[in-house]
Amino acid sequence: MNIKEYEKGSFLKPLTSVKYLFKKPHTLRYPKETKPVADRFRGLHINDVDKCIGCGNCRDICPCAAITMEKASKIGRPIEIDKKGANPVRPKIDYGRCSFCALCVEMCPTGSLKMSKDLIYTSPDAEAFAWVPLEEQGREPGFIQDNEITPLMLEAQEMEELEPEVRKRSFEEMILGFSEEQARKEAMRCLGCGICMQGCPAHMKIPEYIQAIFDGDHKKSVKYMLEDNVLPGICGRICTHRCQDDCVYQYRGAPIHIMWLKRYATDQLEDYKDVNIEKMPATGKKVAIIGGGPSGLSAAYHLSTMGHSVTIFEQKNRAGGALATGIPLYRLPIYELDKEIGNIESMGVEIKTNVKVGEDVKFEDLLKEFDAVYIGIGLSYGRSINLKGEEHPDVVQAIDFLRQVKVEGRRDITKHVIVIGGGNVAMDVARTVARLQEINYQSKDTTVETVSLEDWDIMPASQEEIDGALEEGVIFNPAWGPNQVIFNEDGSIKGLEVKKVKYVFDENHRFNPAFYEDQKKIIYGDYIIESVGQMYNFSFIPKELMEQLKFTPRRKVWVDEYGETSIPGVFAGGDIVETSKGDAISAIANGHRAAIGIDRFLHGKSRRG
Amino acid sequence: MSKSYELFIGPNHPGIPGNFSLKIELEGDTVISAKGDPGYLHRAFEKAMEGRYYIQNLALIPRICVPEPDINEAAYAMAVEDLMGVEIPERAKYIRTIVLELARAANYTFWMGGFAGTLGLYTLAQWSFGDRDYALDLFAEICGARVYHMYIWPGGVRRDLPPGWEDKLLGYVKYMKERLIDYDNIFFKNVMFKYRTKGIAVVTKEQAIEWGATGPILKAAGVAQDVRKDDPYAAYEYLDFEIPTLTDGDSWSRAMIRRWELENSLNIIEQAVKKMPKKGPVWEKMPNPLKWYVPEGETYAKVESARGEHGFYMVSDGTGKPYRVAVRGASHTHMFTIAEKVLIGQRLADVSHILVSLDVCPPEIDR
Ligand SMILES: Cc1cc2nc3c(=O)[nH]c(=O)nc-3n(C[C@H](O)[C@H](O)[C@H](O)COP(=O)(O)OP(=O)(O)OC[C@H]3O[C@@H](n4cnc5c(N)ncnc54)[C@H](O)[C@@H]3O)c2cc1C
Ligand code: SF4
Ligand code: SF4
Repeated sequence: MNIKEYEKGSFLKPLTSVKYLFKKPHTLRYPKETKPVADRFRGLHINDVDKCIGCGNCRDICPCAAITMEKASKIGRPIEIDKKGANPVRPKIDYGRCSFCALCVEMCPTGSLKMSKDLIYTSPDAEAFAWVPLEEQGREPGFIQDNEITPLMLEAQEMEELEPEVRKRSFEEMILGFSEEQARKEAMRCLGCGICMQGCPAHMKIPEYIQAIFDGDHKKSVKYMLEDNVLPGICGRICTHRCQDDCVYQYRGAPIHIMWLKRYATDQLEDYKDVNIEKMPATGKKVAIIGGGPSGLSAAYHLSTMGHSVTIFEQKNRAGGALATGIPLYRLPIYELDKEIGNIESMGVEIKTNVKVGEDVKFEDLLKEFDAVYIGIGLSYGRSINLKGEEHPDVVQAIDFLRQVKVEGRRDITKHVIVIGGGNVAMDVARTVARLQEINYQSKDTTVETVSLEDWDIMPASQEEIDGALEEGVIFNPAWGPNQVIFNEDGSIKGLEVKKVKYVFDENHRFNPAFYEDQKKIIYGDYIIESVGQMYNFSFIPKELMEQLKFTPRRKVWVDEYGETSIPGVFAGGDIVETSKGDAISAIANGHRAAIGIDRFLHGKSRRG
Repeated sequence: MSKSYELFIGPNHPGIPGNFSLKIELEGDTVISAKGDPGYLHRAFEKAMEGRYYIQNLALIPRICVPEPDINEAAYAMAVEDLMGVEIPERAKYIRTIVLELARAANYTFWMGGFAGTLGLYTLAQWSFGDRDYALDLFAEICGARVYHMYIWPGGVRRDLPPGWEDKLLGYVKYMKERLIDYDNIFFKNVMFKYRTKGIAVVTKEQAIEWGATGPILKAAGVAQDVRKDDPYAAYEYLDFEIPTLTDGDSWSRAMIRRWELENSLNIIEQAVKKMPKKGPVWEKMPNPLKWYVPEGETYAKVESARGEHGFYMVSDGTGKPYRVAVRGASHTHMFTIAEKVLIGQRLADVSHILVSLDVCPPEIDR
């Protein structure tokens, strides 16, 4: 720039602007003419309220407090509200406050919320500037999420586990657990929305305990856990983690590893001395608990914190139920059971092992000697499928086999094993067999094959388990049904004859398998493990009382909302009741609920008592 | 015996972006004392920042400067990045530079209108407000908003440039360069402009340094100081540009410096577009906004705004919200240490144009 030219100053130059009299103006004749709106325009919101889950993350991030959550019934049209992991509320935006920053859009984990290209709205009514954005308001989308650049941490931390070749050689725990850094990073992802809590049968305080992990306060974290779950370290290893299925990260990324965070926090504490629930003064009341599985242990812990004296009667030589005798060591090591069951004992709970109710003590006597009784006997017995030839000693039940390996130290196995079943227990069996075959034969000329009615798409086992089994060399025969055991001339087992499955569920969605009778094959093997479910045994209850015990149509024990059965003062929970989802955490939740029920009963507040 | 009287100017005033007032004492039409009277725009930005997550302040900080919001976003982001020890990707550095220069150009365009308005030439105001809009349209395309962009954020920028945007940007640069000839003809080379501003409200080199002036006031007094050169941020260190200076330190020189800087910005944009890596990330991943704990510490991050040094002093106590943020806007100094002094002895008719020649931006004062 030549500054001299400017210093002179001119009278005439300004007149050159006269040329603009003959040019088009840069203004538009609105509304006849409009400008194209930028594609990323941040205008009034659009929300796909059917996709939205009412998590409230948009509200939490809004810097202007412009968002409130409106009840689904008030948004002016029906929405899908009872879907999994959702709150029946939807965001309402006050445009008197909104700054159009679109942080809400960035933070929306479902991607339901967008901004539109429209910013024009007029009304004489101030109240009219707040509404629930809906798609049918017909606005054209503008600013939307981007999975590449997003404040959400969509990716999960990778969990290290032993390589298939290594883990097969022993029963060592295969999941290695998070390092401190990984745990903190994973905990950092949590948005604190708490949608996951609904999915957890025990409604654990997940956002709180994750926040405590993020803050490095492991004690505080485990303290939160123990309020609703007395076996957090065990659940941190084997839980069915329904919470993770609900985690809002699932829609645009990977759910948070809530379960492994739980394991991480508990692993940091040698014991729970300092973090247990505080005990109330002794009440002098006595409660008997039949069965030392997770539900019995949970009831016992909470009852003892309430000041009652608790005795557990367990028929096996150790407490823990299916956790102690079923779940293989590579998923749940003994030391974790000892640590958490030991903690429950430290609260003053007496555990009498090797005492079978019905044989060593009478149920009627318990009713007399104790102020209340809790039944948590679980499904401790294998269920056979009435397979032709199953009386052979080399056809065994999963639950017995797993117990022998886990508790009794069995390490022998044959070279060709067939596992009947497609659920998680069948996976536990098959993967246990794979380990035994590696230990005994380095997997030379060995086979372990599963047979399941279900095809891949409906196989009940979790994907993690299926993948793990495949990695360990398990062969699957999906959509085949067992027909009969085939024997060699010497009476030993030759294999299993199976027939092709037509369908598993009939048109009424009932379990009612049908087969192609002409499509058969033989799976060769010398040892068969049936793993198609377990059942309970109520023979310890005398006939007159048994008649009083009400069952549900699905043959589960009927209980009220406090876990009380139809016999006053007798409570039940765990796998034998219908509210259980057949997993440890349901059993723990049932036990907790019944403890509250029993406490009410002992204080004379029972509904019927 | 002459009698003095007090006059209240403001709080609304053309040419000043925001509400601000002045109390002046006059004898006849000569100013004998001037006192800035802020408070009409106070929104407690600094205090409000302490109660919000780091990311939430994104909605707040651009509002500290209406005509040039991006300087706040940049300084804020740089402060957070410094505390966290984060280096942003190369492409993001260039994009930030382009955005900041586009904002500077838009700001000076806006300013020209305000300044000419205080001298009674409204044609220029109409032209320049219209031309500024073309820059705003460009902003809307990258971030979705015309004025409050919330585009530069800690870690880089919020989205990559949309396809074809650079061409539109270069089109704008070309258009503005042509328009500058008209602006020169109608205003900067206009003899009326010269008569009204030459020798008015002089801030000498010594005064400018002593009073802590930065930006055009300092450059107009002959000091080539500029954060972009002295303490380069974004991609300025890779770019070639000169710091313009003049010597008279009067209203005319300050206006000319801004005119010069506007052209400079257009040139920097052209260079940056050419030099910028064509691909690559534009953002370094940041923590979940709700658990975004910034390590304990304090820092001062500064940028060169259209008015001078603009900085954010930030203290973190290691939590998810800043412990304290103080905003250093050039206008505070320019109003209270400079304008109050140089207005003395000036004529009432010049008061507004002097204020605009010092470019006093009220929201920077009321923070
Ligand atoms: C192989 C296997 C793997 C599993 N894997 C998982 C998993 O990964 N995750 C998960 O969440 N769940 C898993 N489960 C399910 C889970 O273990 C059960 O849902 C849970 O243990 C049920 O708890 P419970 O307390 O109701 O019963 P149980 O755990 O079955 O405990 C009942 C206890 O009562 C005792 N008992 C029974 N009758 C008497 C009597 N008359 N007198 C005294 N004691 C008696 C039994 O010996 C047993 O110890 C698995 C189950 C099995 C079998
Ligand atoms: S963040 Fe998204 S999914 Fe969650 S409530 Fe808001 S709009 Fe719905
Ligand atoms: S756009 Fe910003 S201010 Fe508006 S509702 Fe969303 S988060 Fe709140």
